[in-house]
Amino acid sequence: MAAPPTPLEMPAPSVAGSAEPVIVFEEVSIGFEDKPVLDAISFRLTRGETKAIFGVAGSGKSTILKLALGLMKPDSGRIYVLGEEVTQMSEEALFDLRRRVGIVFQESALFDSLRVRENVAFRLLEEGNISEDEIERRVREALSFVELERTVNMFPSELSGGMRRRVAIARAIVTQPEILLYDSPTGGLDPVTSTTIIALVVKQRDVYKTSSLLVTHRLQDAFVMATHYFDRETNQMRALGSRAHGEVPMTFLILRNGKVIFDGDIDALKLSKDEYIREYIS
Amino acid sequence: MAAGDFLSGVDLISPAEFAKEKVLAIQVYALLVGRSIANLFKHPVYWGDMLQQADLIGVGSLPIVVLTGFSIGGSLALNSANTLQRFGSLSLIGQLVAVGMVTELGPVITGLMVSGRNASGMASELGSMVVTEQIDAMRALGTDPTKKLVTPRVVSTVFMLFFLTIISDACGLAGGGAVSSLMFGMDWHQYWSSAWQALVFRDVFTGLLKPLLFGFIIATIGCYYGTSARGGTQGVGRATTQAVVASSILIIVVDFFVTRLTMTLFGYH
Repeated sequence: MAAPPTPLEMPAPSVAGSAEPVIVFEEVSIGFEDKPVLDAISFRLTRGETKAIFGVAGSGKSTILKLALGLMKPDSGRIYVLGEEVTQMSEEALFDLRRRVGIVFQESALFDSLRVRENVAFRLLEEGNISEDEIERRVREALSFVELERTVNMFPSELSGGMRRRVAIARAIVTQPEILLYDSPTGGLDPVTSTTIIALVVKQRDVYKTSSLLVTHRLQDAFVMATHYFDRETNQMRALGSRAHGEVPMTFLILRNGKVIFDGDIDALKLSKDEYIREYIS
Repeated sequence: MAAGDFLSGVDLISPAEFAKEKVLAIQVYALLVGRSIANLFKHPVYWGDMLQQADLIGVGSLPIVVLTGFSIGGSLALNSANTLQRFGSLSLIGQLVAVGMVTELGPVITGLMVSGRNASGMASELGSMVVTEQIDAMRALGTDPTKKLVTPRVVSTVFMLFFLTIISDACGLAGGGAVSSLMFGMDWHQYWSSAWQALVFRDVFTGLLKPLLFGFIIATIGCYYGTSARGGTQGVGRATTQAVVASSILIIVVDFFVTRLTMTLFGYH
């Protein structure tokens, strides 16, 4: 399974795999039009960990990501991101925190009036104190990570769905964020393109040790992530031996009726006796 | 047909809910207006975006403003001439066109033209960005959409509408002059000197105050409906229509009150 080349200039974070939480949800509830969507859910994401969030449509998976970024406020409960309580922060203060978190939206959400270069460089251009050469270098680096260097002068409307998703990943990683949030990155894509996207997510997890929340309804994607690792030498995603499944920092979180009904690794998931979970993973 | 059948499919809303919705809308609009002004004094100020919007709004609207200004001035002269001729006062045509164009028709017609062109443009552009999550993406990327998208549009519209109105006034006077000299055989110089002498400070002040307010109305209403768009492409279409209707009505209502206010201010009754 081929994956794009690794830009060696991008340093990996120094702390990896420690138990330090980067996202904490405490008894978080939110509803829309008097209908509860999340009902007092709690979980934590530790540094270097990737957590896949599952649930049926409308179960509040994407809402979790928007809550974590402070794009929405919960009705009750507390949310901590990188040690700061986002539920208490003003929009102004959240802008600074959001610079340390990257997000890939469900439909990419690329700015359609800007070229790929400006889309990927958006955050760097907003910083205002980075030289044009440095911006160009980092844009090229991020685009080479997703193997789309050739699209630098194209508009989003000229790209396919899979390419747009990859550009969105490049835009999210260009500032080397401490946390990445993926909202259904493979939704609506063909299996080959989905595998390419998952390889990129695995690469980001294993090479740069970025903590991630990944919303998906494709269980097979998360299983691939839990059973594969990224080999830097061959620059490819490779399968782990069945005994080594617990060695990648990958966990699963399943939502049902607004509650968390499972939060654990692949081995615990396979051993779960819950009928709904058994049906879900079968 | 039973009353129930007649009302089936119609979402009825209680008066209390309706009032609550309207108050909330005014609150959101007031917040947007406040933030769009406050952003002018906060770093960063998006000068590049302001320039780009000024080009889109100002230069882009120039042809329709020139055409409508010239036509309205000509029509005003044509209509006034018939009445004035009956009293043997055709020489007053320049005064009438000048005062009418500068205080009322120039600002209002330019405001309505720019509203139709730009309030709709802003609402549809921002509305599309909302429904495709681009506004959320901008917030997620650490940029304030009000600062990046709303403030430049407000500043550019206010600035450009001021100059567009002056151009419209000039075109209107030229249109009136063309009709007076070509159709009624009036001396061109006489027309211009009578038009020029008729204008007093109060007329010019009123005529230049209005575009500042109208520009503000066009941009803030367009941006408000755009950023409040919900419900996919249908919602964007609805926001666009509402933006044009609301800004046009507000322009006409505000025009009345500004006229009355300046009359009081300058001691006219």
